[in-house]
Amino acid sequence: MFPQIYHFVEWLDQTPWSVALHESIWAYPIIESVHVLCLCLFLGMAILLDLRLLGITLKRVPVKELADRLLPWTIAGFIIMVITGVLLFYGIPVRTYTNIFFRIKVALLILAGLNVWYFHSGIYTKVAEWGRDFKPPSKARMAGMASLILWAGIVVAGRMIAYNWFDKDH
Amino acid sequence: MGILTFVTWLDNSALAHGIRDSRWLFPVIEACHLLGLAVLGGCVLIVNMRLLGMGLRGQSASEVASDVKPFMLTSLAVMLVSGFLLFASEAIKCSDNTAFWVKMSCLALAIIATFTIQNRAIQIEGRSRGAFQVKLAALVSVLLWAGVGVSGRWIGFS
Repeated sequence: MFPQIYHFVEWLDQTPWSVALHESIWAYPIIESVHVLCLCLFLGMAILLDLRLLGITLKRVPVKELADRLLPWTIAGFIIMVITGVLLFYGIPVRTYTNIFFRIKVALLILAGLNVWYFHSGIYTKVAEWGRDFKPPSKARMAGMASLILWAGIVVAGRMIAYNWFDKDH
Repeated sequence: MGILTFVTWLDNSALAHGIRDSRWLFPVIEACHLLGLAVLGGCVLIVNMRLLGMGLRGQSASEVASDVKPFMLTSLAVMLVSGFLLFASEAIKCSDNTAFWVKMSCLALAIIATFTIQNRAIQIEGRSRGAFQVKLAALVSVLLWAGVGVSGRWIGFS
């Protein structure tokens, strides 16, 4: 599928930095650890926002206030996740690219992004009307639920990348 | 019963065999451990950030803490149960690993800190005196939990 991408990924695999990253004793484990631990910051804050959208916790905090206060942290966390994620991919490009769990993770990431965009350009634009409600409108609740499910899937798929059950050369 | 005896018994138990022999059980338990980590991490961060004067400044620390408390306790329970199962499946190997004992020490201290100095900090936060102690308690708490996470990763690499 998509031979041009595969050739690009193969080329990445041969670059000196990729080889160095893959073979380093410390760099790859450290980057991986930062990626895993940073999810406490990124996903931890995002989960609290989603739970608020579902009307489950922090109900006395208006939604807009919660979002304004937490989003800088979630964005900072997300940036670290992306940087470390890209580096992890770059370290072992071909194997990661062909890994089924990696592809599932990317697909879920795209869906999660679409969910965020849909929420922010839709029901969230009217947050002044419903932001103080203990139980937000159904579109907001659905966005929160979709977010929780998608991110849970992303975390699980990400963990499974290390398992080479379905890798082609096995 | 010494530690080695217990660990050997656990390593040979039906539970450990069941997890080791199953293709999917270990990944599922790991996934629970990771998802629990996200929730626990979020709760630890939101409360301690507030104690440090960041994040949800519009609410009192005690309001934030009591709101997330059910999630903190549930996710901690999930972490302890899934962590124990992961340990059981590799009991001998883990108990031989320095990183594992560092993690357990940090975990014990983190739990103690959460239910003592952090709780106290939440109570006195906002009063005119004791601001430094509040921040110190929050910092100690966060560092201990971070220690659990970092040494947990270290286990996998040693």
